[in-house]
Amino acid sequence: MAPAPDTVPATVASPAAGPVAAGSPQTGTFTVKRGLADMLRGGVIMDVVTADQAKVAEDAGAVAVMALERVPADIRAQGGVARMSDPELVEGIQRAVTIPVMAKARIGHFAEAQILQALQVDYVDESEVLTPADEANHIDKWAFGVPFVCGATNLGEALRRIGEGAAMIRSKGEAGTGNIVEAVRHLRAILGDVRKLTQADPAERYAWAKQLGAPLELVREVADTGRLPVPLFCAGGIATPADAALVMQLGAEAVFVGSGIFKSEDPARRARAVVEATAHFTDPDILVKVSRGLGGAMPGLEVATLEQRLAERGW
Amino acid sequence: MVRVGILALQGDVAEHRRALADAGAEAVSVRRPADLDGVDGLVLPGGESTTVSMLLDSSGLAAPLTRAVRDGMPMFGTCAGMILLASSADDGRPDQRLLGAIDIRVRRNGYGRQAQSFECDLAVDEIDGGPVHAVFIRAPVVVSAGPGVDVLARLPGPGPGTGAAPVVCRQGHVLVSAFHPELTADRRVHQLFLSMIGARSGTGPGVAALVGG
Repeated sequence: MAPAPDTVPATVASPAAGPVAAGSPQTGTFTVKRGLADMLRGGVIMDVVTADQAKVAEDAGAVAVMALERVPADIRAQGGVARMSDPELVEGIQRAVTIPVMAKARIGHFAEAQILQALQVDYVDESEVLTPADEANHIDKWAFGVPFVCGATNLGEALRRIGEGAAMIRSKGEAGTGNIVEAVRHLRAILGDVRKLTQADPAERYAWAKQLGAPLELVREVADTGRLPVPLFCAGGIATPADAALVMQLGAEAVFVGSGIFKSEDPARRARAVVEATAHFTDPDILVKVSRGLGGAMPGLEVATLEQRLAERGW
Repeated sequence: MVRVGILALQGDVAEHRRALADAGAEAVSVRRPADLDGVDGLVLPGGESTTVSMLLDSSGLAAPLTRAVRDGMPMFGTCAGMILLASSADDGRPDQRLLGAIDIRVRRNGYGRQAQSFECDLAVDEIDGGPVHAVFIRAPVVVSAGPGVDVLARLPGPGPGTGAAPVVCRQGHVLVSAFHPELTADRRVHQLFLSMIGARSGTGPGVAALVGG
């Protein structure tokens, strides 16, 4: 690429002027990984299976899309092993939109993650929605320049994933159900323990680390700051604008919507409504307006009747 | 105390709130037109510019913000905020709303995808005390800047594919940065913005009192 054209008079600092630290710009640092998560806050990340759906999502105001072959509701219905998407599908979606594109790798499947990194996806979701590839180990995410998001059901799980290098945490919820109850449970578990941990005295932090099964340094950081070291988003079961407003008020910093958009009657309208509800989550007047006449939501599933709980994958 | 609004429709609002508080300002979230009452300046945070642009329309903020720009309210945009304040954007969506507060042309995601996001140190004019550590996240590139625009910093080129592109620009009461000073603990860029508010209103501390202090 040629240097950017520039019509500014030469009175400004030249590149050589001033104290500039040695060394070239650094990519793939934790600050840079976490930084993109920060930029997505207050936004909606939507699952899409085609380039056309990705455009619908972008038009509706999504901050990012998750490119995959089947949404969780279909994975649940059709069964079989769920794997990383075909690179062709990911590339088609990357070409279709200008917003960040994420993609899922199986838990522990670092080779899938290497492929997604080579595709230059903007975030990798090491996801329990896909069939796990390793029953003991998650991916060593520090070994990658691409940032990772991981699911968690409680604070210990969240801190273990951060210890492995995740730069964003999301609740697992129960994907593909359109039922928010599990996501609420996970958010309350994570944020409730964060609140309790801030009350622990320094000696009690060791016991907290042991009980959570989490790195002591991260336990200390949460106790000192009163928040997770990385942004906490909500995923798993969001189907309506009210669901988005609920989890944002509970303390989620952004929302993932999987099957909830494109398994509904009017995806474009619902997508837009969820975006508005996420931005204005404390404003009941706007929530009324955007919730009105949306058509049918995705058909939901009662969690107690499920044969397979996706949230139990990973540890 | 200077009261600064932060456009809080989407993006890294919390980081700007912390940065403004550290720099000695009162920060308030702006989501509806009434939230603009009584603010001395406005920060447009990082985020996804297409999302924020859409929400500007639906929240009723587009017209009041256009008026605020015309009335000379001091504004500071980082990354997506810089795009919203720009006069034109290459490859923007046709329905993307630009406030045209500063005479620059930008290209969205001009450095590439997240794989090309980077951090580096760079010198910023009017900010003393050594280089500023700059974090660029899928950042926009300033393709050109009009004659009335002061370029306060450029990438210590050669940057990733873009040479010595301007990354901090100012025109009158409007300050923009392609990187995210709110993501580091260094508050000097926010202090520079507060000094611009002070200089305009005559109520706050002047440039000499704040910059490099």
